[in-house]
Amino acid sequence: MDNNSAAYWKATLGLLTKILVIWFAVSFGAGIIFAPALNAISLGGYPLGFWFAQQGSIYVFIALIFYYAKAMGDIDRKFDVHED
Amino acid sequence: MDLQTLTYLVVGASFALYIGIAIWARAGSTSDFYVAGGGVHPVTNGMATAADWMSAASFISMAGLISNMGYGGGLFLMGWTGGYVLLAMLLAPYLRKFGKFTVPQFIGDRFYSKTASTVAVVCLLVASITYIIGQMTGVGVAFSRFLGVSSDTGIYIGMAIVFAYAVFGGMKGITYTQVAQYIVLILAYTIPAIFISLQLTGNPLPQLGLGSDIAGTDVSLLDKLNMVVKDLGFSEYTSSVPESYLNMFVYTMSLMIGTAGLPHVIMRFFTVPSVKDARSSAGWALVFIAILYTTAPAVGAMAKLNLHATVNSAVGLETAADGSMKVNPATVKANADLFAPEASLRYEDRPDWMKRWEKTGLLKFEDKNGDGRIQYYNDKTKSEAVKAKAEAAGWKGNELTVNADIIVLANPEIALLPNWVIALVAAGGLAAALSTAAGLLMAISAAVSHDLIKGVFVPNISEKGELMAGKISMAIAIVIAGYLGLNPPGFAAGTVALAFGIAASSLFPAIMMGIFSKKMNKEGAIAGMLAGLFVTLFYVFAHKGIFFIKGTEYLGLIGGANSFFGITPEAFGAIGALVNFAVAFVVDKVTKEPPEHIQALVESVRIPRGAKAVDGSHVH
Repeated sequence: MDNNSAAYWKATLGLLTKILVIWFAVSFGAGIIFAPALNAISLGGYPLGFWFAQQGSIYVFIALIFYYAKAMGDIDRKFDVHED
Repeated sequence: MDLQTLTYLVVGASFALYIGIAIWARAGSTSDFYVAGGGVHPVTNGMATAADWMSAASFISMAGLISNMGYGGGLFLMGWTGGYVLLAMLLAPYLRKFGKFTVPQFIGDRFYSKTASTVAVVCLLVASITYIIGQMTGVGVAFSRFLGVSSDTGIYIGMAIVFAYAVFGGMKGITYTQVAQYIVLILAYTIPAIFISLQLTGNPLPQLGLGSDIAGTDVSLLDKLNMVVKDLGFSEYTSSVPESYLNMFVYTMSLMIGTAGLPHVIMRFFTVPSVKDARSSAGWALVFIAILYTTAPAVGAMAKLNLHATVNSAVGLETAADGSMKVNPATVKANADLFAPEASLRYEDRPDWMKRWEKTGLLKFEDKNGDGRIQYYNDKTKSEAVKAKAEAAGWKGNELTVNADIIVLANPEIALLPNWVIALVAAGGLAAALSTAAGLLMAISAAVSHDLIKGVFVPNISEKGELMAGKISMAIAIVIAGYLGLNPPGFAAGTVALAFGIAASSLFPAIMMGIFSKKMNKEGAIAGMLAGLFVTLFYVFAHKGIFFIKGTEYLGLIGGANSFFGITPEAFGAIGALVNFAVAFVVDKVTKEPPEHIQALVESVRIPRGAKAVDGSHVH
């Protein structure tokens, strides 16, 4: 069981890291750090960096949470720690 | 029916609805009172969280801020939504598994210390009370503007309404009224936005309209806006940055972790039945929040273009005979001269909505060059070309000042929408302010009755006694909040910054370390919270005065305004959080490990199986 719970926690942290990398990339990355460069590209009538700062990152955040909820449910079942 | 009567009717109907729900959802047990019985559906909880979260500031002021800041306004949009990702993954499911009523109780139990819990109560109270002052003044302003009563009367009415549903219903009453309030506020926000987007771009979805071409032309709305504001000496809309990119980065981070650490938001996740529901409910909350937050940038940008077009006919929108805004494709494409003498709006031709808002003082004209026309431009511009053009045109300075709050409130009037929409916006603004005030009062009353009275002073109080204590502390909190709303300590603008700074620098790191570090001990956590709190208060007070008392600023001591890498005090919470983590780890290393049973507790919090109904019992 100890081994199992260590592996469960490792899988959880792995998932969190993956999601946090994307979370950081779309908001602080595309929305702020690289925004001036991305503004040279346009998405419809939007400069891309501006779009990430004011729209895009929010859509990605929503997708990330639902993906997290689903992936976490799978991990729970795999390690048999899901709620009954 | 005239506007005033209609407004009374719509606002009155919304209040009747809230009170009706409160009677239906009376709290009979402490579990009803603190966590709404613990059986709230994740989607319902998401909707309630969205209303809880979106305050008068989100509803009324945010679009105006974005409108003024342009691209830089994205820091509010990303900061106030990105926090939900952190909340969903790092806090909500684990705190739900822990299964207690309040945030300080988690900190007290996890760090096996009443001191830790008391420090958390203090942080919670300071954060929530400072935040609630802004809400109460918002309630007063909204009432006085829409119902024509004085701001003080408005606050009394607001207190009575919140009293009716929060004291008797507790979390249960608050949850279901917040659902109703969400529906009211989101309709009030999106309906005018849809109409305006349709008028300007032909696209009914404001989120797409913002990136579209102006109706009947191949000129994109954002390009046109950029060109107009640049020509008039303002900074380019889609790339203007507040202070610096570094400050924007740190500010966004502070708002994100502050959002995740605000107790009145965290508490909402104690009301769902399971850990699984806590995870998905955060996603639903963000969906409902995003409907407003992705509309806001469109509202901001379109209102800005509308405003420029109203005072300058060369922009290419025209005021039609009925007073509404119509696109004139030929002028839009022609890029006519904004400095032409006949382009500026004649003072006597100004539309009715301007006359109405002039009376409130939120919109002001001053004919500096005496030509009977209104010139609106940035007279402090650094661009020599713009200065030269303005001078050649005989402009003697900017003649129009606009309060940013008008942007949302006047939107339906600018677009000439029917009176019921204007009345609905009034009800929406009030719903936003009241729902957040109720959530904050709940967090305050739970901390006092559950963490102080039951947790520290009277551990063997009966359930009935605790329920009574909860209702009494709620009532007292309403009176204090009302008093502070009536006599704001002159720092209303700084309060939100402080609330976020405290949540970000003290509560968020403590909860995170409690879950993610098995070895973090009470000495580390307490030292970390105090250090984060102290550093943040020190920096904020240096700029705004000790406890915001004017004249007590000590900027000299820290080397001038924004002396820490140009970071503004509003953005400092993230730095406070870093200090918190650093101090906690150092102190943790030199003191002894937490006891075995605490490490086992952390282990069990991490695993969803065995999540029970939230019961709130104290273990020590």
